[in-house]
Amino acid sequence: MKTNDVILQTTAKVVFFIIFLFSIHIFFAGHYAPGGGFVGGLLTTGAIILLLLAFDLRTIQQILPFNFTIVTAIGLVLALSTAAGSIFFNVPFFTHAFSDFDLPLFGKTSLHTAMLFDSGVYLVVVGSAITIIQTIGGDD
Amino acid sequence: MEFVLLIFLPVLFAILVPFAYKKIKGIHTGWFVFLVPLVLFGYYLSFLPLVMDGGHAISELKWIPSLGIAFTSYIDGLSLLFTLLITGIGALVVLYSVFYMDSKKEDLGSFYVYLLIFMTAMLGVVQSDNTMTLYLFWELTSISSFLLIGFWYTNDKSRFGALKSMMITVFGGLMMLGAFILLSIMGETFSIRELIAQAPDLVGQPYFTLALVLLLLGAFTKSAQFPFYIWLPDAMEAPTPVSAYLHSATMVKAGIYLVARFTPIFGASSTWIWLVTGIGLLTLFWGSFFAVKQTDLKAILAFSTVSQLGLIMSLLGAGAISYHTSAAMFGIATYAAIFHLVNHAAFKGSLFMIAGIIDHETGTRDIRKLGGLMSVMPISFTVAAIGSFSMAGLPPFSGFLSKEMFLESMVALRHFELFNFDTWGIMFPVVAWIASVFTFTYSMYFVLKTFIGQKKFDQLPKQPHEAPIGMLIAPMILATIVILVFFIPNVIGKWIIKPAVMAIQPTLYANPSAVDIHVQAWHGFGSVALWLTIGVIIFGALLYLTIPKWQPLYRIQPAKLSLNEGYDALMRGSEKGMNRVSRLYMDGKIRTYLLYMFAFLSITIIAVLFIKDAFVLDMSSFAAITLYGSLNAVVLLLSVGFVVFAKSRLAAIIALGGVGYSVALFFVIFKAPDLALTQLVIETVSVALFLLAFKHLPALKNHGETTRTKVVNMVVALSVGVMVTLVALSSHSQKMIPSISQYYKDTVATEAGGGNIVNVILVDYRGFDTLFEIAVLAIAGIAVLGMIRLRVSRKEPTDENK
Repeated sequence: MKTNDVILQTTAKVVFFIIFLFSIHIFFAGHYAPGGGFVGGLLTTGAIILLLLAFDLRTIQQILPFNFTIVTAIGLVLALSTAAGSIFFNVPFFTHAFSDFDLPLFGKTSLHTAMLFDSGVYLVVVGSAITIIQTIGGDD
Repeated sequence: MEFVLLIFLPVLFAILVPFAYKKIKGIHTGWFVFLVPLVLFGYYLSFLPLVMDGGHAISELKWIPSLGIAFTSYIDGLSLLFTLLITGIGALVVLYSVFYMDSKKEDLGSFYVYLLIFMTAMLGVVQSDNTMTLYLFWELTSISSFLLIGFWYTNDKSRFGALKSMMITVFGGLMMLGAFILLSIMGETFSIRELIAQAPDLVGQPYFTLALVLLLLGAFTKSAQFPFYIWLPDAMEAPTPVSAYLHSATMVKAGIYLVARFTPIFGASSTWIWLVTGIGLLTLFWGSFFAVKQTDLKAILAFSTVSQLGLIMSLLGAGAISYHTSAAMFGIATYAAIFHLVNHAAFKGSLFMIAGIIDHETGTRDIRKLGGLMSVMPISFTVAAIGSFSMAGLPPFSGFLSKEMFLESMVALRHFELFNFDTWGIMFPVVAWIASVFTFTYSMYFVLKTFIGQKKFDQLPKQPHEAPIGMLIAPMILATIVILVFFIPNVIGKWIIKPAVMAIQPTLYANPSAVDIHVQAWHGFGSVALWLTIGVIIFGALLYLTIPKWQPLYRIQPAKLSLNEGYDALMRGSEKGMNRVSRLYMDGKIRTYLLYMFAFLSITIIAVLFIKDAFVLDMSSFAAITLYGSLNAVVLLLSVGFVVFAKSRLAAIIALGGVGYSVALFFVIFKAPDLALTQLVIETVSVALFLLAFKHLPALKNHGETTRTKVVNMVVALSVGVMVTLVALSSHSQKMIPSISQYYKDTVATEAGGGNIVNVILVDYRGFDTLFEIAVLAIAGIAVLGMIRLRVSRKEPTDENK
């Protein structure tokens, strides 16, 4: 039952980027304003689901040719190694470090190892959610 | 040097073994492994001068300092003796295995990894001063033994034997853990040395006897004492180097070690003396009596090991008597125990290796098919004869000396007057003597039936011939030691036995030379032990000559009444019983399980709320009712009602989405942007997921619900709702401890360098939670993938045996 959904597809192409950029924004803003890796990941998942509804699984796999199980694994490793990294500086497990830096282009920026951990969360959320959706949706 | 690290040398080396096995095909992997015990043996020898003077060495590696758990290597006479046995015999066994294990047919990579794990575990058991790490290594020996017995895992019997040994020894290990915990409660330390220092205070404590019995259960299961010995004969399915190493020379002596190590704490108790001596003697008799029944060479050796372990055990028990009397005749028992332990490791190790050689060269271990091998295997025969005569207690072999000392100590028991020994004491020498007669008989049975007697080469699967020289080196070295010890017993005694005796009875001797025992072969005609030995030889020889006449007597015992049958019945029964119990409530439907969980949850929490009188309602801090709030509540209730009464799944899913969105609106009303955002996105994604899963779900129709189940479901659903409401109201109305929010507000910028408390909680304050949550999420994703994408078609066989 392939219906002609030109309007949906055209809108989805634009809206996808809006949601995706918003999710990235929310992810980075997380430490100071509402947001964070978890919500950011979910929003990205939402954007991908929108594409999925407008097109079909195969098209999505061509657009985003990742193995999402591996994305999950990378996320977990990132989160765990950020947490474990503190051991090497002789501080308890999961101690974060942060400081302010003057970066070109960005100006005065606060960098925080919590960000690395949060990117792990982001990747795990996107990876497992898309894995589940692809698996359930792709099973015939 | 921190020599505690050396305990881990074998297991670290094990990491390299698979690579050596894969990459270097030309050289047998065993040659590399051989270096490990050899180097360790050489290194530990350097402790001899220190320990000979009664000194000790300690090296510690902290593990969990907050709980007082550390890897402590404590080397005194006793642990050094065992360490040398483990590394020395270990080196010989690895050497032997190089020729025994075919590098083309066997998976040597795994074999040597297991063997090295065992070596670390065993070194850990005998050197640990901390009871918790001792327990850890103890269980590790059980596990590596399990892996080694089951090495030929395609064989049913191997798997059965492996499981049996693990069930029994791990059971004992757990009992021993109980004893350690009780000891740590009484003495407030995990350190054995500190426990020994406060031994006099421990005796009167209420848990003392319980700890004693639990500890002995651990020792008796490991050292194959009656009635737990049944795992040892089945463990003979292991490759012969393993039997020689684990199941005669080292692992089964861990129980002996434990008893010896804890003698200073428990030795003063009469229960200890009765149990250790009594069970030891019973095992000695039982093992030697049933050894003659066996027809498999390794089974004979297994029963003989059981019996010899019983002998050493009973000597340790009798040695503890010297805490109650200063008579010199009791002091000899502990010395004899250690002396016999060393001798046993030497002669039994060589006998196992010979059994392996016979198996290797003739293709069978069935003693009924063997005979007359002396003419074709003269070297093997010589080694076997030395080992067996030593085991039988004949001069000029080391076993004669320790056997005489054993008989002397048992005779001495008659003169002990405490704890009812004056009435029952006569039993000990009698049982010991009868068991010695049978020991003589089975020793002769083992060596003479195999090597002398009729030649029956036509019945053998292979034409027999002498083993390659490499295979004979290890047993020959052991046989040489057996003879050597007979001629220089006092040198061995000074070097390793007296320091060990001092370690067992630290309060009695100030230094090793204070152990005033001089071993000699000839005591003159007045010696009781001499006449007992002569009696043993005469009666043993008579019994051996008449074996065909009385061996059928063993058939009187019905197979149903054996201990093995008891073990099997216990295993079968518990499996069936447990299955029956779980089938009572497990019907395989997730609905039912959810019902159990929800019912249990709501009942317990509501009950606690009422029993503890914890329900409080404080309306003063509630927010005012607004128009938006009440409208939203109405929408929420309507959507919930719609979910329950919807006729189609699609409608129900959309209504469920409605519930989620209106909850998100509540978050907006109460100014929680993070929660609102998350809730909105989650709701969107989950509705999409539900829609995707939609096509897999069956139609929404009656699945066998009756009015009764519906009523039950309703009651459970309502009670969960009530429970959540009550908990929410009470937790809002009262704060038992001050809220942590103020701390978050104070520290979020300074300590965590952030501005949004909610997210800082997620990634920093409570980062652990998040870490575990994403781990669960990843597991869920992989599980869905596994269930749907990778499911096995039903036709494929799943039985591992096929």
